Formats: sequence, C-alpha cells, structure tokens
Amino acid sequence: MSVPVYLPRPQLQQLFDVLIGYGYRIIGPVARDGAISYDEIVSASALPWGIRVRQEAGVCRLQTASDERGFAWANGPQAIKPLVFAPLEPLWRMSRRGANFEVEAVKAEERPTAVLGVRACDLAALALQDRHFLGGAHVDAHYAARREGLLLVAVNCTHPAPTCFCASTGDGPQAASGFDLALTELDDGYTVSAGSQVGEGLLSHLALLPATPSQLAGVQQALHHAAAVQTRKLPGSNLHDVLLARLDHPRWQEVAERCLACGNCTAVCPTCFCHAETEQATLDAGSSTHRREWDSCFGERHGYIHGKQLRPATLQRYRQWLTHKLATWHEQYGRSGCVGCGRCIAWCPTGIDITEEAAALCAPQP
Amino acid sequence: MNAAHLPQPAEIVERIRESDNIFTLKLRFADAAYQANYCYAPGQFNMVYLPAVGEVPISLSSDPEDDHLAHTIRVAGRVTRGLAELKSGDSLGLRGPYGRAWPLASALGKDVVVVTGGLGCAPVLAVIHYVLRRRSAFRRLVVIQGVKHGHDLIWAAAYAAWAQQPDCQILVAADAADALWPWHVGSAIPLIEQAQFDPAHAVAMLCGPEGMMVAAARALAARGLDESAIHLSLERNMQCAVGLCGHCQLGGHFICRDGPVFAYPEVKLLLERGGL
Repeated sequence: MSVPVYLPRPQLQQLFDVLIGYGYRIIGPVARDGAISYDEIVSASALPWGIRVRQEAGVCRLQTASDERGFAWANGPQAIKPLVFAPLEPLWRMSRRGANFEVEAVKAEERPTAVLGVRACDLAALALQDRHFLGGAHVDAHYAARREGLLLVAVNCTHPAPTCFCASTGDGPQAASGFDLALTELDDGYTVSAGSQVGEGLLSHLALLPATPSQLAGVQQALHHAAAVQTRKLPGSNLHDVLLARLDHPRWQEVAERCLACGNCTAVCPTCFCHAETEQATLDAGSSTHRREWDSCFGERHGYIHGKQLRPATLQRYRQWLTHKLATWHEQYGRSGCVGCGRCIAWCPTGIDITEEAAALCAPQP
Repeated sequence: MNAAHLPQPAEIVERIRESDNIFTLKLRFADAAYQANYCYAPGQFNMVYLPAVGEVPISLSSDPEDDHLAHTIRVAGRVTRGLAELKSGDSLGLRGPYGRAWPLASALGKDVVVVTGGLGCAPVLAVIHYVLRRRSAFRRLVVIQGVKHGHDLIWAAAYAAWAQQPDCQILVAADAADALWPWHVGSAIPLIEQAQFDPAHAVAMLCGPEGMMVAAARALAARGLDESAIHLSLERNMQCAVGLCGHCQLGGHFICRDGPVFAYPEVKLLLERGGL
C-alpha cells in the first residue's frame, strides 16, 4: 500500500474525470428513494453531500446534516454484488431449427466499471463471492467477465450505523485489501492511498498534496472511533460447532414466529449467492432464453423437489439461512459468510437481528 | 457460461415405456464427435433439457460402454411431463456428466449389496447392470428393493432373471401387494438380515428416500459392514449442477458437485437429523 496523500475536496472531480478518461463508467452512491443507492454518475456533485442515514432494526431513513461530507453514512441496501452477480441475466438462448435446435451462450457485458465509495464490509463480501464464483473447479464466465473489468475505490467507513458490526467480524471499518484506491473522508478532503498498480497509476493524474501529520492523525482517530462505537457483535468468529449442536434450540421457533420469510435479508446480503435458473420462451416456443436470477432460501422454490418441499416451515428456512451463513460457510469457504454490514437487520421488515439471534442461540446453556 | 456447460442436442434413439409414469429414453448426441468423447460413470447425472421448458437433473442409467446413453425418468413435474411426450427421433438437450460416481473401483473383488426403495431406482440400476456385465470382477451381488405397492415394481421380469444368475440374491418387498405377489410383504429393511454377503469384503450402495437409506445403513452396520463401505445417492433441487446456484446444499455439501454419491459417514449426522 502506498504512502497516504491528500486530495482536497474541490479536486474530487479530478478523480471522476480521470476514470471517465480511461473509459470507465462510474458507479457511485447517490441519495435516492429514501436510501443510499449505487448508480451511474459522472460528477462528484451527484454524491450524497450532507446526507446521513439512520439505520436501526427494521429502519432506514435519510437525514440531512449541515456539513460538506459526502460519505458520512454506513451503507445502502446494495453495493457491489449486483454489479458482478447480476440480479437477472441470460445464460443461453435456444432457437429451433426445424426438428432440431441450437443453443448459443450469451456473453456478459464487460464494460469497465469503477465503483466509488466501496466499504470494507463490501470488499470482504466481494472476496467471498470471488471464492464462490471463481475459486472452484467451475469458473463462472459471467461473473468473471464483470469482475475483471471492476476498479474499486474504497472509502473507509467513518460513520457506521447502529446496525453495523464489521469490527466484530474483522472486516472493517477500514479497507485492508482488495481495492485500487482507498480514501478516508475528513472535513475538507480525503487522504488517499493506492492498493494496486492501477491505483498508483490513477494517483499520478491527481493534484495531490502530501498528507499532513494532523490529517493522518484525524484519519486514525476517525477509524478508531468507527470501530469503537459499534455496539452489535457476533458471539464469536466461528460459530460452526455451537450452532450445529443447537438445531433444536427453542429460539428457532421464536424467531420463526416473527420471520415473514420474505427474503429481504438474502436480497440485501452481500454474500448470499443462491440463484434460480428459469426458462423464458416465446409464445410459440420457437425460441427461449435460459436465465438465472437471485433466489432466496426463504422462498417456495428453493427447497422444492419433485412435488415436495424439503423445508416447508419458516423455522427450517431461517435455520438454513443462519446455519449456512454462520456455520457451514466455514466448511465451504474457510470463514463465516457474514461480513458485519448489518443490512439484514436494517432491511428486515420485522427487525430480526442476526446478532441477537446468534447470541441467543449460542448463549451458555444451563 | 462455458461451451461445455451448454445443453448439447441429442436425439432420442428409442423410447421405452416402463410403467404408466416411468419411461426410458435411449439417446445419442447429434454431434458424433461429441458422442465419441462423452465419458461418464454410473452414479453421475446429466441436466436433461426440454427446449423452451427447462432442465432437470437425471442420473444416467446406461452402461458407460454402451453406444448410447439412457435416462430413466419418472413424471414428476412440468419438465418431466413434457419429456414424457417426446417420441423416438425427437431432440432434447443434455449437459453433463456431473457429480461423483459410485465407487465401483473400490467394489472390485468384493460383494456388492444394493439397497433401493421407491419407484425403480435408476442410479442403482446402472450399478446392477455394470456388475452383471463384469460378473467375474465382483463377488456376490445382493439386490434389496422395497416398493410401496407390488404394482409399483417395474422391471419385475428383470428381477426374476437376476435371481437366477449365479451368486445373485434378489430380495424384494412391497408394503402392500396383490395375492399373486411372489415376494415379501412388508418393509424391505428387515430383509437385510437375510442378505448373504461378507461384511469384511463388501460395498453397499443405497438409493431411495432418505429415511429408508438411514434405516438401511443402520441395518447394514448392524450386520458388521463398516459405515465407510456404505455409499448412498442423494437427490436435491439441482439447477446449475456446478456448485453455484445453492439449491442442493445439505449442510456444507453442494450435492451436485460433492455428491450425489456420498460415503455414509460424510452425511450420516445430517441425514439422521433430517429436515435440514
């Protein structure tokens, strides 16, 4: 990682101009529809200046502040996941040719994309999705095409929400790796460091100042504070054995009575990878598109097999989600599938809190 | 999606009606070179694609040395109902083979015990044919088949013929049956006590409902068979077949990729627990 330098706020647009000059489309945070969304932007003016986000269990509200900061919020419902693992995409197309048919692969869009304002939790989640889609014997070509063209500009999180617990999972609030550039926002600008050769190259185009000792001290203080204010936490980094030993814990029934099985948690989770494959045919069935779309282990079709449901009860579905996320992920990918972003807490319509459920399930038993 | 993971057109060479709702399709790839290079082992499966409708995971029931492939399919949902309408000469798509096969190499020179339940169990049919075709490479063949009702037993003639082969023992049970049913009435599990095999030199292969397989594994272990010599084939909602879509997870396993054939100790706790 390079020595931090300083980019005064009025020069932030330079970063946009350099990225656009290199042919990147820029995806960055904007305040839209009552939340932080990641959308295509061309100007620093589109960033959510002076915006705060109040997030609690089942709550997300935008608020305004009187300062000049553009990244003084924790996260929105989505960030990187939809950019690499598309919510809905075609895999192949079938065309009938008389009595026969042909199948042709559909290539993924490969436009170089720079994501600005990536959080440490989302970088950790991206590393996990990389292992799932790229790390096995079968490399997913669609994910790979999008991932290859991705440039990541992290902005360290200085304003975690009460729902955040990245410090307890070890995934934040500071971006440790996996980025091209990492910024930390101060009152009048950004300290910047490069995390890759591409990032180093970008720095050479920016009108940077040396970072002063007081700016660096301000960054350290802000990041320390961002970790220290987090009150939620998981009861351990590896809950595999304890959770799998408690599959009959009465807490599963209690949480199932509150859970609507709506799948919001899986939709906003940056590591959830389940997807369904479906066939969309023309009316005459002369051609069709085979697609994949995000699926949820809370839904009716996830555990369906020839006429029966493997997990008919909400209890079984919540238990599948939580034990996969916090237990069997360790078997699959060597770590928990939770990066502490807290989205599942904020976006649950009934405010179910993964940290509260994990604590109750893992509490010492008399 | 890599070309290797796209459905390859295949022609139905023959359609065989096995029962009211079970049929076998003998297939050959339209591309002769693809057919020549296509290798698989009993226990593996293909994603069978009905154009414009969708895919279903179906195990291969043919012998790897046959000049065609075969899938024996039960009508269960939208895709299989559509597949049942196809005739000889029609085309469908196949992508595969996927998954871990039966450990036939580890069964060489040993007794092979097959326990199957439910309606005609195609994955183990491939094993039975494999062993009978290479009779001298294996010792005894014991087949224990349970069905709900006597008229659910397809291939009844084949069972009777296998029973006449040397070193073969065929034990069939129906929970309920008509008066002329020649086999046992009741559960198939107690028949495991009658199975003649050497527990120190045997491999068991199980296919059927999970509860039945757990009961069979217990009964085989009680006969002295080491649990690591018991293998079973699991079924889940496989959609991608390459360990990505997440539907076939059982505990930490992706059944499409890590299975569908497992050694019993790998999945014992998960299956005994049930409901996961």
